[in-house]
Amino acid sequence: MEPDDTGTQDQTLELPVGEARPAAVRRHHIIVRITHWLTFPLIFLMISSGLQIYRAYPRFGERGGPYLPNAWQDAAIPAWARLGGWLAGGLQWHFMLMWPLMAVGLLYLTYLLVSGEWRKLVFGPRDVPAALEMMKYYLRIRREHPPQGKHNALQKGAYTFIILLGTLSVLTGLAVWKPVQLSWIVFVFGGFQAARYWHFLAVWLFVAFTAVHVTLVFAADPASLRAMVTGWYRGRFRGEA
Amino acid sequence: MNSHRHGDGGVTGVPGAGEDVVCREPADPETRVRGGVFDRRAFLVAGMGSLLASCGWDGGDALKPAMQAAAGFNDQVSGLLFSDAKLARKYGPAQRSLSFPNYFISGMTPQLDQPEAWRLEVGGMVRSPLSMTLDEIRSLSRLTYTVKHHCVEGWSAIATWTGTPLRAIAEHAGVAPGARYVRFDSFDSGYYNGWDIASAMHPETIMAWGFNDRELMADHGAPLRLYAPHKLGYKLTKYVTRITFTSDRPGGYWEDQGYPWFGGI
Repeated sequence: MEPDDTGTQDQTLELPVGEARPAAVRRHHIIVRITHWLTFPLIFLMISSGLQIYRAYPRFGERGGPYLPNAWQDAAIPAWARLGGWLAGGLQWHFMLMWPLMAVGLLYLTYLLVSGEWRKLVFGPRDVPAALEMMKYYLRIRREHPPQGKHNALQKGAYTFIILLGTLSVLTGLAVWKPVQLSWIVFVFGGFQAARYWHFLAVWLFVAFTAVHVTLVFAADPASLRAMVTGWYRGRFRGEA
Repeated sequence: MNSHRHGDGGVTGVPGAGEDVVCREPADPETRVRGGVFDRRAFLVAGMGSLLASCGWDGGDALKPAMQAAAGFNDQVSGLLFSDAKLARKYGPAQRSLSFPNYFISGMTPQLDQPEAWRLEVGGMVRSPLSMTLDEIRSLSRLTYTVKHHCVEGWSAIATWTGTPLRAIAEHAGVAPGARYVRFDSFDSGYYNGWDIASAMHPETIMAWGFNDRELMADHGAPLRLYAPHKLGYKLTKYVTRITFTSDRPGGYWEDQGYPWFGGI
């Protein structure tokens, strides 16, 4: 992350009263921006086609029960939340879009590894104290925002979580798609119906993540939205990792 | 329209179970009936999702080729993931499911007027076409296993199946090397399936005549049905009358309507 040409000036001199445009720093590589914005519609369509598929057997357990606890058991999924029109259509969408979604995920992970960016993003045990400080700040126990690198510790936790969640979705999806050929994945997740269950649970975790993510973008750091589009960041959290 | 029948083997109180069964139904009857009014409101509510949904289940003409290409690609990947050495997990009789749904497309349980006249015809690319009675099939060889059945809808159920490996019948008939597919026909209102030869010759692919230690009953495809734990339920033709080895890929009742052709799991 390099400051741009104008970023070499002393920022405190440049921004005495916060009126002038803050110097921009380069924040997101083009691969990160493209994969980020492709992921959003792809997951949206995977969820809606997935809900169409779920409707065909809206519970988790062998025929005759018992069933795993599920707030959406036998729920009537409204038409606006479904994609595909009927089960075969939902399956077609789901099985078509899983490839670009996995490709986008792999491209992003490859970029993280090759660029070394993962060091600024992956949450580790050493991030725990900083994460607690961030929580204090959000809970108003602490007044000033803790110092941070490219991402604060809670962001690192969230972005690491979403990578794990994506991995979980892919693995449980493969288990549900090929439970006999890939029986080892079924075994890992505790059976076919349990794999379906985890696959479905991941949906709500994605939805919850997205809600928190979007809320915090607007509430805490609107400049990050622009950075995810243009790559340049002009916000207040410009610390180097 | 909905000629599909669904029985749930005695389990009650499972609303919705038979609602979205593998059948051709306009799954959004509201959309069809109320037309534009519903579409506009839904568009406001869900935005992009509804826009795409209003394209129809196949994505409309613009996306249809992509959908079909993806389906063909997935069939190929499924074929690559399929292993003829991979056997399904086995269960004990005590683990059998309490209920086992039965499906057929006819209005009533398909039954033969003259069961004694029934024969299994084996033909197509074979050295010697066969016309076999059930006893002749049984005398070839037999296999029994208790396995988990997977429906495309997402449900699963464990049951015991007994039958004659299809491979034994194929060897009896002498299948020509050029036969890459197998077509299964039935007396259930024209229901049929097409299979790849590798899945058909899998050691656990059987022509089943026994279910849970009893003779196969009419609801489950008597007198003879195709069974394999490595295919989804809709690939497992019931009420079989004819097996045809062929070089041209046959379709299938649900496959022709948009369900995955390979259907392997």
